[in-house]
Amino acid sequence: MSTRLQKGGRLIDRSKALSFTFNGKRMKGFAGDTLASALLGADQMMVGRSFKYHRPRGVVASGAEEPNALVGLGTGGRFEPNQRTTTTELFDGAVTASQNHWPSLEFDIGAINDKFYRFLPAGFYYKTFMFPRFAWKHVFEPIVRQSAGLGKVPQNRDEDRYEYAYAFADLVIVGGGIAGLAAALAAGKQGKRVWLIEQTAHWGGRAVVDGVQIEGTDAGAWVKEAVQALEKMENVTLRTRTMASGLYDHGYLMAYERIADHTPGDGRPRHRLWRMRAGHIVTATGAIERPLSFAGNDIPGVMLASAVRDYVVNWAVSPGDRTVIVTNNDDAYRTALALLDAGLVVPAVIDARPEAKGELPQAVRARGVRVLEGHGIAKVKGGKRVTGVATCIQAGEGAELEQIACDAVAMSGGWSPVVHLWSHCGGKLIWDDKLAMFRPDPKRPATGEDGAAMVTAVGSANGILAAQDVLADAHQAVGGKGTAPGAVSEAEEPLIPVWIMPQGAGPALRFKMWLDPQNDVKVSDVQLAAREGYESVEHTKRYTTLGMATDQGKISNINGLAILSDSLNRAIPETGTTTFRPPYTPISMGAIAGEARGEIFQPLRKTPMHEWHETHGAHWEPVGLWRRPYCFLRSGEGVHDAVNREIRQVRNSVGLLDASTLGKILVKGPDAGKFLDMLYTNMMSTLPVGKCRYGLMCNENGFLSDDGVVVRLTEDTWLCHTTTGGADRIHGWMEDWLQCEWWDFKVYTANVTEQYAQVAIAGPNARKLLEKLGGMDLSKEALPFMEWREGVLGGFRARVHRISFSGELSFEVAVPASEGRAFWDALIAAGEEFGVMPYGTEAMHIMRAEKGFIMIGDETDGTVIPQDLNLQWAISKKKEDYLGKRAQERSFMASPDRWKLVGLETLDGSVIPDGAYAVAEGYNANGQRNMQGRVTSTYHSPTLNKGIAMGLVKHGPDRMGEVIEFPVDNGKVVKARIVDPVFYDKDGEKQNV
Amino acid sequence: MLTLECPYCGVKAEETELQAGGEAHLKRFGPGSSDDEFEGYLFLRKNPKGVHFERWRHAYGCGKWFLAARCTATLEVFGTYSAQTKEPPADLQAKIKAKRPDWEGYK
Repeated sequence: MSTRLQKGGRLIDRSKALSFTFNGKRMKGFAGDTLASALLGADQMMVGRSFKYHRPRGVVASGAEEPNALVGLGTGGRFEPNQRTTTTELFDGAVTASQNHWPSLEFDIGAINDKFYRFLPAGFYYKTFMFPRFAWKHVFEPIVRQSAGLGKVPQNRDEDRYEYAYAFADLVIVGGGIAGLAAALAAGKQGKRVWLIEQTAHWGGRAVVDGVQIEGTDAGAWVKEAVQALEKMENVTLRTRTMASGLYDHGYLMAYERIADHTPGDGRPRHRLWRMRAGHIVTATGAIERPLSFAGNDIPGVMLASAVRDYVVNWAVSPGDRTVIVTNNDDAYRTALALLDAGLVVPAVIDARPEAKGELPQAVRARGVRVLEGHGIAKVKGGKRVTGVATCIQAGEGAELEQIACDAVAMSGGWSPVVHLWSHCGGKLIWDDKLAMFRPDPKRPATGEDGAAMVTAVGSANGILAAQDVLADAHQAVGGKGTAPGAVSEAEEPLIPVWIMPQGAGPALRFKMWLDPQNDVKVSDVQLAAREGYESVEHTKRYTTLGMATDQGKISNINGLAILSDSLNRAIPETGTTTFRPPYTPISMGAIAGEARGEIFQPLRKTPMHEWHETHGAHWEPVGLWRRPYCFLRSGEGVHDAVNREIRQVRNSVGLLDASTLGKILVKGPDAGKFLDMLYTNMMSTLPVGKCRYGLMCNENGFLSDDGVVVRLTEDTWLCHTTTGGADRIHGWMEDWLQCEWWDFKVYTANVTEQYAQVAIAGPNARKLLEKLGGMDLSKEALPFMEWREGVLGGFRARVHRISFSGELSFEVAVPASEGRAFWDALIAAGEEFGVMPYGTEAMHIMRAEKGFIMIGDETDGTVIPQDLNLQWAISKKKEDYLGKRAQERSFMASPDRWKLVGLETLDGSVIPDGAYAVAEGYNANGQRNMQGRVTSTYHSPTLNKGIAMGLVKHGPDRMGEVIEFPVDNGKVVKARIVDPVFYDKDGEKQNV
Repeated sequence: MLTLECPYCGVKAEETELQAGGEAHLKRFGPGSSDDEFEGYLFLRKNPKGVHFERWRHAYGCGKWFLAARCTATLEVFGTYSAQTKEPPADLQAKIKAKRPDWEGYK
């Protein structure tokens, strides 16, 4: 059983006991513990169930690479699933729960899957569950979802807050081990702005645990001095608990600082996301130990050798009294020494190499430990924890030689440099045969804006493992002056790559050799994928799920692709690695969102009348970043009733529309007319001062892009109204053409949308209302339809346009934005005798549809040309050119078979569903029913008391009176007659009075 | 996230401040052009692994469009310059040629 040792533990403070719970059971740890060390210290070897087979799983690693020991941490608004216990610092009162089991961790029904492993190989869900078809959704998927997967989704709103921060540096060094510290010391002395960031709470990395001597003292003392020296340098910034999650173009580095994970609820932001711009990046990210593939290597108690060493030295945690070590290299012998130093027993070191005669193996032998050369583990004994191992000859097939009773197994298959950051932005790797590892290829680094390398890997991350070489590499990589700090560590003999143990293992053993414990991928799965033709490592990853999920295969990828290479009989570098993508380890969604939540999720644009609307029952509709009232609800009234009331008021008396959001772009200059003639399909240069003209804008593909009324203000000034959503886009569009194509045109543009408040006063009593305000002659003679006048209206500086989008007598009045609210109030007061009321966007939409006016985004969808909408009258035939003209000359644009705009009237008066398609006779080549049209706008018209619609129909205008069919839900068919799209006041008598 | 220097305001702008505008130095074909010419203008774009000329707008800055020459593979930026030109400046072309002897020119 695992337990806390009496003495030692360099990171824990035994004077500060902390209590926490695991699955409701109270446990004790110390300040400085991780959740993993505290759990092991409390003899909790088994901490979860595996993804697919629900096998018992325990802690494997001691850092970010941990695949198994994930827990749900916290409660309520601070609950988060899949937290790695190895990187979670223990705090008092922590509530933790194991994952992926039912009903309990100890007794789990899903573990039955483990007995059926033969039926659940890689890709089993692609091969089974095919028939009957309905069963996937209703039977198989619910079962798979219930039994697979990791943690539970949080149900509460996150109680914590998060923030972004920005930083700029000449050099960012990632990793606070001895390589990072040596690089920071050398670079700091050169006066560079240096950041040194470390993902854990502690400086020094592995060297401190491994007993390395630096500059004549132990590594721990040297690290302390180095940090003190760096803290004194004003140009150096140090951050612990900060993980570089991703490297992007031009030195853009994202780092994730866990500020308050270990002090929850103390008022500080929980996480901070650093967005850094670095002149150069040094990755001193170290290396991760690889497991070995032997049968039963996933049983709780089988751990990485380096992790066992960490638990003993850092946290005084014994993984068990007796630990067998299995290795293919000398480094694992350091674990034997650490265990012996702690007074624990090492029954044997099982070394797969034919001989182990290096300095470290000899030192272990000298302490009386048996070293079995050329041996391997045939099988680990035990279920919920290790009880022993059976040995075999590594060169053989796994015949058991001897059983050794033990409580833990420390395994080491060599080291893999952490090359993630190096690779994120295009850095390439080379395979090092001698060390059996992929390491950064210094000839092919990620490059920056100047075309030079923007990343340098140093130390173990660069494939250099001996401490003295690590320090020299780091010092030299940043151009350090003088000599690098010197170090002494034991010399190591070369490793021999071992991908399967024993090398001739048969199927029975391979079925129990885990490659990726997090996703339950075994040696047999990768071999099956290879047999089934998966040759690309990327395809194999997706087929088998090797290297997916929260750990992204940090310990499993290299072993997996070695098996794949072996199965395909090719060299490992030919197989290559999967792509390394950010983030390095998962980062919280909260950190990604930062402060952008709630009210400040995005800016809200408000018209000057916004507050009035809010206090008068506005039912809001988002339009771009604006909010516009969809309708104004009175107490006890539904949306539909409110809309109908507003329409009746406009049609019978007068209503007000806040039209301030309409885009308003000033176009001014000697060439403004010429420019607008190119932009609009019709002629704007000939528009007289004082008049308005409706215009259409197309893109170069000929499709209708925006519409609106253009106003000629002065000889050289036009005001272009755009749709609400189109204002910024159209302004950008104008600038694009002016700056990049017609830069010789003398034209200025200005987006003055927010400079004016605009109100549409519409209805038979509109003129009477405005006359009550007084100050301007708004008679039919003084201000005819489609003209505008400037003046003082009721004391307000006003520009009054006689334009109508409702079909009624209508004035659109623009006043300075600062006076908008007062003007609105004045209109409401003056309109009282007419029962004036505001109307919203839905009333506006229905009234324009009753009039057959098109709406950008309804009648257009980016594939509709003005000709489709019978808008030929707004297309100039005189102009040689305008944007979109050439495109509209293409044969298929001129085709008579294009669907064209018509009105649609249902035979039974009902409303056709939006987007419904009209079917034609026959079927197309894909066996689908032929279509002959579709609905673009559809409403219930309170004015006509029936459903009205507009749509695009093949040969539509030539088929007036014909009835076409629209199949809708549940096999029903709506029949509609093709009619003129103008349903109301066809002659325009109402707007022209 | 690229950084590009805006040649108008001199700001070293980050990609979030910029709007990408596709390939630079296109010749517009309007009415009277052949179908092939128009197709080329509207649809056919270079997609090189290497030197590329692009339109960018300093949208959340000075608002100006400018042009940039960069390598799509290494992300090296050779230079930025005014949008109001029909071809890349001669010194920029010379600089690219010196760095990339195999480069076949901007056309």
